[in-house]
Amino acid sequence: MNAVTLNERSLSDVMDAPATVALATQKPPALPGVTAPVRRTPFLETETGKRLIEGTTNLFKNAIPPLLGMLLFVALWALIANTNKSIPGPIETWASAVELFSDPFYKNGPNDMGIGWNILNSLYRVAIGFGAAAAVGIPLGFMIGRFDFLNRMTAPIISILRPVSPLAWLPIGLLVLQKAEPASIWVIFISSIWPMVLNTAAGVQRIPQDYMNVARVLNLSEFKVFTKILFPAVLPYVLTGVRLSIGVAWLVIIAAEMLTGGVGIGFWVWDEWNNLNVAHIIIAIFVVGIVGLLLEQVLMLIAKRFNYE
Amino acid sequence: MEKYVQIENASMVFSTKKGKFTALTDINLNVQQGEFIALIGHSGCGKSTLLNLVAGLLDATDGVLLLANREIKGPGPERGVVFQNHSLLPWLTAFENVYLAVEKVFGGSESKAQLKARTAATLELVGLTHAADKLPGEISGGMKQRVGIARALAMEPKVLLLDEPFGALDALTRAHLQDELMKIVAATKSTVIMVTHDVDEAVLLSDRIVMMTNGPAATIGEILSVDLPRPRERLKLAHDPHYHDLRSNVLEFLYSRQMRPKEAA
Repeated sequence: MNAVTLNERSLSDVMDAPATVALATQKPPALPGVTAPVRRTPFLETETGKRLIEGTTNLFKNAIPPLLGMLLFVALWALIANTNKSIPGPIETWASAVELFSDPFYKNGPNDMGIGWNILNSLYRVAIGFGAAAAVGIPLGFMIGRFDFLNRMTAPIISILRPVSPLAWLPIGLLVLQKAEPASIWVIFISSIWPMVLNTAAGVQRIPQDYMNVARVLNLSEFKVFTKILFPAVLPYVLTGVRLSIGVAWLVIIAAEMLTGGVGIGFWVWDEWNNLNVAHIIIAIFVVGIVGLLLEQVLMLIAKRFNYE
Repeated sequence: MEKYVQIENASMVFSTKKGKFTALTDINLNVQQGEFIALIGHSGCGKSTLLNLVAGLLDATDGVLLLANREIKGPGPERGVVFQNHSLLPWLTAFENVYLAVEKVFGGSESKAQLKARTAATLELVGLTHAADKLPGEISGGMKQRVGIARALAMEPKVLLLDEPFGALDALTRAHLQDELMKIVAATKSTVIMVTHDVDEAVLLSDRIVMMTNGPAATIGEILSVDLPRPRERLKLAHDPHYHDLRSNVLEFLYSRQMRPKEAA
């Protein structure tokens, strides 16, 4: 699958590149006519011009493959919608989405709120559950990484609990917390804590011995060791954990909300299924995907800032 | 002859999964103040282990190590170490890397401005004033190693310990840094112990070359005094017959009397 996409991409790179260059070099004859008779370097041969050509070429190279992919995807969708009448096609869905997003923040009672409220409510639950998981998981990871005894002590528990499907935790949450809202937050917490614990611990364990030797030779205090060496050295690992965790949290919230109800994008999907509004379900899928992508991208940007290698 | 660094009957035994491994045995060495010592031997002969004993990063299994008549217990800033792979903290600039050491050693007695001036002065000594605000990832390997040297020098250590400091550099950069190190050591009158596997480097830089036998259970095989006058210039030495005698002495020890064992990789 991967190999195929790669091939398509490089193929289109090869095919697009010469075409754009040719297109760009056709322009210069037009310019000298406009300018004074004095012989000047044609615009496209100047530094700015060359950069412009290069920029356009790159833009085409980078933009065409993804655009082509999207186009194929939409075409496939239209084809399926055409053969199966119960699934709305791209145009129908688009019209429905425009309508939906023209008023995202309306409130007609607790069971009928705009899509914006649903997204914000889901994000709020993720933020609370994920924030709590980070507050517990990152320090725990530091301790597990620093003290081998603790590592051996917790390893069997983590190995057993980590592969458990997030929703299996929901009944326990409902039982202990009594209410749906905290129970779904609990599910987020317990399912998104593991990547942060494990990545932080791995980061602490993999600190190069050289850095610790520096700390020993300089005789740094524990506080300085933490702020100047441990924390910055482990930060990239922590951020990887955070990125994986937020992905998990966003995956899980949809399922949890379907079961617990309330205002949220997950329950909204379920609600629209009961209303048999398939266009809205498809919109929800896109919304969930795009929000997840944005969360991931933001964290990637942060992680890039703290990568020193 | 004043003994500054004293190593008496030191030995080092590591406990490994396959049992005990004797790395060093029966090491006796006295270093005078201001002396430049090179430790040379085949890889795996324990020369870095010996340096780490003096640094205090390892504790000798047996024997005593003294610095200025005080026993060496654990690492400390009075022994500045320059590590093989520079070991700079990649999230701190060149200035901050050096400042970390300066602050630790002089932070109790000097003001912030004085600490900063000290850091800047050390960076100037190694010719890196222009790169003070660069991160290690943004400068060349030779510059990184110079920051490493600056960090060690800035602590005004009693002994400077260099663990193959130029091993990872290309020949031209290495020669350049060797010349600079000679100048710095002459100016600061530092006592230096340097691990190397480069015969030319050992002869050019040091006052005495300590040649080690092959491990396991390595010990000092021979000590060669390098009585070439200072300041030394590598170009003039290239035509100096005495330089070549010393050089072939070391080579003869390494390649005929201490043939590299076959199994050691």
